[in-house]
Amino acid sequence: MADKDFALMAHLMRRAGFGAPYDELEARTAKGYEATVEELLHPETQPELERDIMMRYKTEWVSQAGLEGQQEEWTYRMINTKRPLEEKMALFWHGVLCTGHAKCEYPKQQQMEFDMFRFQGLGSFRELLQGLARDPAMVFYLDNCMSHKGAINENWGRELLELFSLGVGMDGKENYSEDDVKAAARAFTGWTVTSAIPRYPYGRYETRFIFDPNDHDNDEKTFQGETGNFNGQDIIDIIVKQPGAARFVARHLYNFFVADEPQVPAWKDTPPQDPEAIKMLEDEYFRSDYNIGSMLRVLFNSDFFKNSRFTKVKSPAETVVGTMRLVGDFTTPKPGMNALTLTIRYMGQDLLNPPTVEGWHTGKEWIDSGTLVERINFTADQVGNTSLPGVQAIINRLRAQGSTLSAEALVEGCLDNLGAYDITDETRSQLVELAKSEGEIKTSGPEFDQRVAQMLQSMVATTEYIFA
Amino acid sequence: MTVTKKDPVLAVLQLSGGNDAMNTIVPYTDGNYVDNRPFVRIPSESVLPINDKIGFNPAMGPLKKLYDEGKVAIIQGVGYPQPSRSHFRSMDIWHTCEPDKVGDEGWLGRAVRDLDPNKENVLTAVNFGRGLPRALAAPGVPVASVGNLETYGVLTGIDDEDQRLKALDVFSRVYSPMIGRGGVADYLAQTGLDALKGADILSTAAESYSSTVEYGGDTVGQYLRNMVQTHLAGFGTRLLYTTAPYNSFDTHAGEMANHSRLWTETSRAIADFYDDLKEHDASDNVVLLVFTEFGRRVHDNGSGTDHGSGGIAFVVGDAVKGGLYGEYPSLDQDKLLEGDLHFNNDFRGLYSTLLEQWMGLDAKPIVNGSFEQMAFLG
Repeated sequence: MADKDFALMAHLMRRAGFGAPYDELEARTAKGYEATVEELLHPETQPELERDIMMRYKTEWVSQAGLEGQQEEWTYRMINTKRPLEEKMALFWHGVLCTGHAKCEYPKQQQMEFDMFRFQGLGSFRELLQGLARDPAMVFYLDNCMSHKGAINENWGRELLELFSLGVGMDGKENYSEDDVKAAARAFTGWTVTSAIPRYPYGRYETRFIFDPNDHDNDEKTFQGETGNFNGQDIIDIIVKQPGAARFVARHLYNFFVADEPQVPAWKDTPPQDPEAIKMLEDEYFRSDYNIGSMLRVLFNSDFFKNSRFTKVKSPAETVVGTMRLVGDFTTPKPGMNALTLTIRYMGQDLLNPPTVEGWHTGKEWIDSGTLVERINFTADQVGNTSLPGVQAIINRLRAQGSTLSAEALVEGCLDNLGAYDITDETRSQLVELAKSEGEIKTSGPEFDQRVAQMLQSMVATTEYIFA
Repeated sequence: MTVTKKDPVLAVLQLSGGNDAMNTIVPYTDGNYVDNRPFVRIPSESVLPINDKIGFNPAMGPLKKLYDEGKVAIIQGVGYPQPSRSHFRSMDIWHTCEPDKVGDEGWLGRAVRDLDPNKENVLTAVNFGRGLPRALAAPGVPVASVGNLETYGVLTGIDDEDQRLKALDVFSRVYSPMIGRGGVADYLAQTGLDALKGADILSTAAESYSSTVEYGGDTVGQYLRNMVQTHLAGFGTRLLYTTAPYNSFDTHAGEMANHSRLWTETSRAIADFYDDLKEHDASDNVVLLVFTEFGRRVHDNGSGTDHGSGGIAFVVGDAVKGGLYGEYPSLDQDKLLEGDLHFNNDFRGLYSTLLEQWMGLDAKPIVNGSFEQMAFLG
């Protein structure tokens, strides 16, 4: 049975990152929990990925082709980053502050947006929203460039309130009115982007955000009970002061890092499952001047986080990336990245291209009979591949335990190597039966490799393994 | 109820994003249309006329042809009171028939429960696409959801057949005890067991199919083809569902080009679907519903249209009495609802018609009330 500190470290790394293999977990356990939390919260202390290596293998990752190349690039980053929380924050914010490839003028704009999520994702929520309102990918995605003085396009104004900052309501009450939507849209008139330079003959350039004072509605507006000649930045400054914004950020962080919550449209009428935890996060939001990293420090060091092992359904990106980190594949760019990233899509998460501006529905909604089959088949194929270095490492660690293993020891050893997984007694007894069914377990010879692989395959197919 | 020898089947195509009703069935002779659509207007000379008031978008030739053959009911002015202009909320309302609270049980999920109360067939309803739409979700109701019909199966990567059977045996043994524990584990276990059963059956559908109909390469075309394959395989599937992905009908900008492409693909896919069924003598017991979560704003925004209300739906099939149902909502300024078309046809009446007159179910508990039904079924 795994050591308690080791199990807790495995939990932290699954949630704050994408999981880690056994020896990394051992090293981090030795370093200590709080020290690891601080390291995660300060990604700048760890080296960046070497972009020139990525470019050398996959020029299209930088020069920019379509959706699949970008998905490969991001997946590669998630697998290999030394700054797991930085990449996890990019994934978090992408799922909340959504843009979609299906409506993106130039794919590189989304990459620039993700860089903003990487480098500002642990900072001030206010600054992040100010950046988002000026993000060319977002301005185009939600048509703010089509919103004009006297002829507003409400798309950005509405989604900013409904999905990016306040949510429809909380504690049974509305967080904003239809008039607020219109006032916000008016305040953001004139927030637009430069025209795209044509693709030929020299290739595309990114568009830039510009403010056009001639197209800005300078009349008085009333927003959230305040009246003035508001511009876009005033709207965001008013938004972040609202209790609704604190609740919104707290609940999203809780849903992503702690335990599955109902989907966003239900938040008006469905209270949080752990109101005290949400209160702690809301208090830290205001105390820290809307700082996300400070909220996460409170979160990772809290009892409610430490007690939340295996209460979250893994997302497809977490499943695929976590499996790669476990089996040690794709540590350099190589052919096969495309098939790998398509798997994430087939499990229900088309990175860079969420189904709607609401992002993906999470928790058990990741799972239906189709996506479950994709998930189980993919994971089983990987852990069953004994030629992969991470699988070999698991086999060798178990082999080092002695010349024979009991069925129980094989089961426990495999669970520890997967990241200190908990399973029910029924599942355990079925797996022990499976281990016994082929006789004595001798650790010498290639047959042992197969028996470990078979055990790992059955484990990753269990309901328990669906959770993180 | 319609008398057919074979069990009636309902197929559903969801057009996500909010299809612009006014540029789909176009009120091309209405002066208000011209006035309100300075930029996003179908020129009257290119409309495919139905009568001297309205006509099809020119990209919808294949659907117009089916309409002329009497196979298409056009449901005009469809919606619900106090319309929501949020995609998610409005789609949820269409999915759950719950306009006042957020429901998590879908109308078709409830229909599956009534069609197969003892859960004898895990393929009573099949969804094509990634992720299950809420319309098909209901606690304890098995629905197969298929991303790729050709490769569907559990633990298919284990090459050694003995080992695979052993692994599948362990799989069903560890999933079974989770049933009845409640909560998410129960849901996951049930999903796993249903997947195991459904996969074995579904894997045979593509093999036995052949057709002269060549569908387009777009997602909707491919999934409508999968629907026909599944229907023809005779698994007892009664509900088939798919979704046009990526909220593609959300035409805030660049609507003229995008909307035209979308309908070129979609109306071809619908006609291919019908022709394919016809070719296999299987079109008499299938009806296709095409719907969207809302229509769009009457006045354009210069390049596209914003979220509105009052939409258009279609019902297609041999059993359908083609024609116009409901009224085309007035475009007069004083008849509009906050700048949007006013609905005159509750979608729950449309659902009730399909559930009672076609599927032979009691609609009231499924759509949460009694709503006026329509006469589009023969």
